[in-house]
Amino acid sequence: MVTIGWRLRRLAQALFTVWAVITLSFAMIRLMPGNAMGAMMVRFEQQGMSPARARELVELRLSLDPDKPIHTAYVEYVLNTLQGDLGTSVFHNEPVVDLLAAALPWTLFVLSWSIFISFFIGIAAGALMAYWEGGKLDVGLTSWAVLMGSIPFYVLAILLLIFASYRWGIFPSGGRQPTGVEAGFNITYIRGILYHATLPVLSMLVASGVASLGMRGNSIRVLGSDYLRVARLRGLSDYTISTQYVARNAVLPMYTTLLISIGEMFGGSIVLEYVFNYRGLGLLLYEAFNQRDYPLMMGGFVLITIAVVIALLIADMTYSWVDPRAGGQNSDSY
Amino acid sequence: MTASDRDRTDPGRAEKSHESAVSAIPDGGTVNSPFEVVSEYEETRRDRLRKLYDTYVYAPISIIKRDWRAQIGFTIVLFYVFMGTIGVYLIEPTYVTEGPALAQPFETWEYPLGTDDMGRDLFASVVHSTSEMLKMILAGGLFTVTLGTVVGGIAGYKGGVVDTVLSSITDVFINLPGLPTVMVLALMLPIHGNPYLIGVLLTIASWGGLARAIRSQVLTLRQEPFTEAARSMGVPSHQIVFRDIVPHLMPFVIINLTNAARRVIFSAAGLYFLGVLPFSNHNWGVTLDLAYSGGAHYRTGALHWFLVPMVAIVGISIGLILLGQSLDRVFNPRVRARHEKKFAESQLEEVDPDSDDDSEPMIGAA
Repeated sequence: MVTIGWRLRRLAQALFTVWAVITLSFAMIRLMPGNAMGAMMVRFEQQGMSPARARELVELRLSLDPDKPIHTAYVEYVLNTLQGDLGTSVFHNEPVVDLLAAALPWTLFVLSWSIFISFFIGIAAGALMAYWEGGKLDVGLTSWAVLMGSIPFYVLAILLLIFASYRWGIFPSGGRQPTGVEAGFNITYIRGILYHATLPVLSMLVASGVASLGMRGNSIRVLGSDYLRVARLRGLSDYTISTQYVARNAVLPMYTTLLISIGEMFGGSIVLEYVFNYRGLGLLLYEAFNQRDYPLMMGGFVLITIAVVIALLIADMTYSWVDPRAGGQNSDSY
Repeated sequence: MTASDRDRTDPGRAEKSHESAVSAIPDGGTVNSPFEVVSEYEETRRDRLRKLYDTYVYAPISIIKRDWRAQIGFTIVLFYVFMGTIGVYLIEPTYVTEGPALAQPFETWEYPLGTDDMGRDLFASVVHSTSEMLKMILAGGLFTVTLGTVVGGIAGYKGGVVDTVLSSITDVFINLPGLPTVMVLALMLPIHGNPYLIGVLLTIASWGGLARAIRSQVLTLRQEPFTEAARSMGVPSHQIVFRDIVPHLMPFVIINLTNAARRVIFSAAGLYFLGVLPFSNHNWGVTLDLAYSGGAHYRTGALHWFLVPMVAIVGISIGLILLGQSLDRVFNPRVRARHEKKFAESQLEEVDPDSDDDSEPMIGAA
């Protein structure tokens, strides 16, 4: 019962966030100084259109009627957005939803691999460092983690691009899929996709540095706790202690870090995809920004945020599975 | 007075363990009420000053003196501050066609780090970027930490409706993907390359994480005896939060300040690299952007064009990370305790499981 109540509350929270983001984007389109609608009108009029024609076009593109009073326009905008009508791209002349839906899987593909691998590495390295605290391995790995944490992912991306691609020619310099291979479920195509995704995923691995430092701190704290001493006194094997006691308790706080880094990584995909010319959501958004393609830009913004909301929702919902103590009324514990 | 009351008003944790053995009388009464206890020692003003000096000045400095990470971190950060303040007056700003295009680094004193394809001296451009970056870091870091602490502290302490409202707002900001939000806002708001405004804008999506972390810490701290004592004395909530609870979290907050600073650098340079933020002056990100659009990644002899701003970015981040880690040690009571022990014993490599308990009053001191 309690669990269901907590889950419902979390779901309501997610819906609230989605609503807030849609409202924010409406404000950006309509209300803010330098808002999207005004900027588009000015641009269309500069291209020699009559004000009436410009209005018509803006209405068509943004699916927003400029003449309506704010509150009606707001309700309409929210309803349209929730139904998936984000307007039409000015540059591509296609519905924004179609463009975004085509690009989203590529970004998700790269990001999920990056998050999974970097946290795996981070947790493993952090546990090793904590276990041999003060030893040579600890010093070495800590230096590695500090270096990794100090390199922004795009710096690593550029370096990988220069060396692994342009100088040594091991990996392709850009793009997301092999040319001349039929798209579909065949080995060459899948291998080509992985081949193209390698460098973007590798550059995101810098996140493992900070993660491993966090894991190291947590593990050291757990290693010093009383119940661990009891576990040792009970004569439990080292293996049981390190996996069931230390790792499990030290990983829990990492879960929150993971959650927050999901949002950051989604945002980072803009720069990442720009460097590798990887045609995903980020690159689409970047181009929309440069072409001042407001419908696509705002649609991408809303979609990325909703993607983050869903990712966080899934992660939160599964948290009680990772930590049974947080299942009940104790949802405040993270 | 009941047994539970006695527990709550216990003056010190260290005493509790041995006292509870004495006073666990089954009839529920107690002879030694803590309200009647008078300190055995007179503390003069001089003693108090000395104690303050020990906790705030002597201990941190001696830990920093012994910790190589702290030394390197401080040196690096001070070096950047020096570059951003005094260096600007020592090094002349560079201009187009000051030197030959793409001069190699470490060859002449005139262009120690080489030049870009328009003949601008990269060394001068790095130095002159620093002050603007430092302004962004300062504004962004302070904004994140202040907002995160205030919102998280109030939400965690107040609970109820206030908590629900503040947590919902925090959650919205946690969900905002950083870079796209900043891009869109930078396009629409009139910020005109003001570094302070850009710094605040860059962290607009990143204070949420800190607020959430602070909130969950406050949730545990509000159960502590000292908070309850303050509450029963009728101290107003805001005073309890900001005078009693938040000082306990200061170490955490300060470490987060260095993290926030690093994040500001990363996102600032990243967005300047994309060329989506307005700027009035060259900075590391802009140089990266120029190098990338100038094709430095496939041109021969242009590698330094990338490497110079990269080293500038990575250098200050290493400094900040090391600084954060060493501050962690300065504030970490276990390290403090271990450090104090060092005078008497040889260095203990093993983790002392008891030190966690001893540490609690010391957090209060810090």
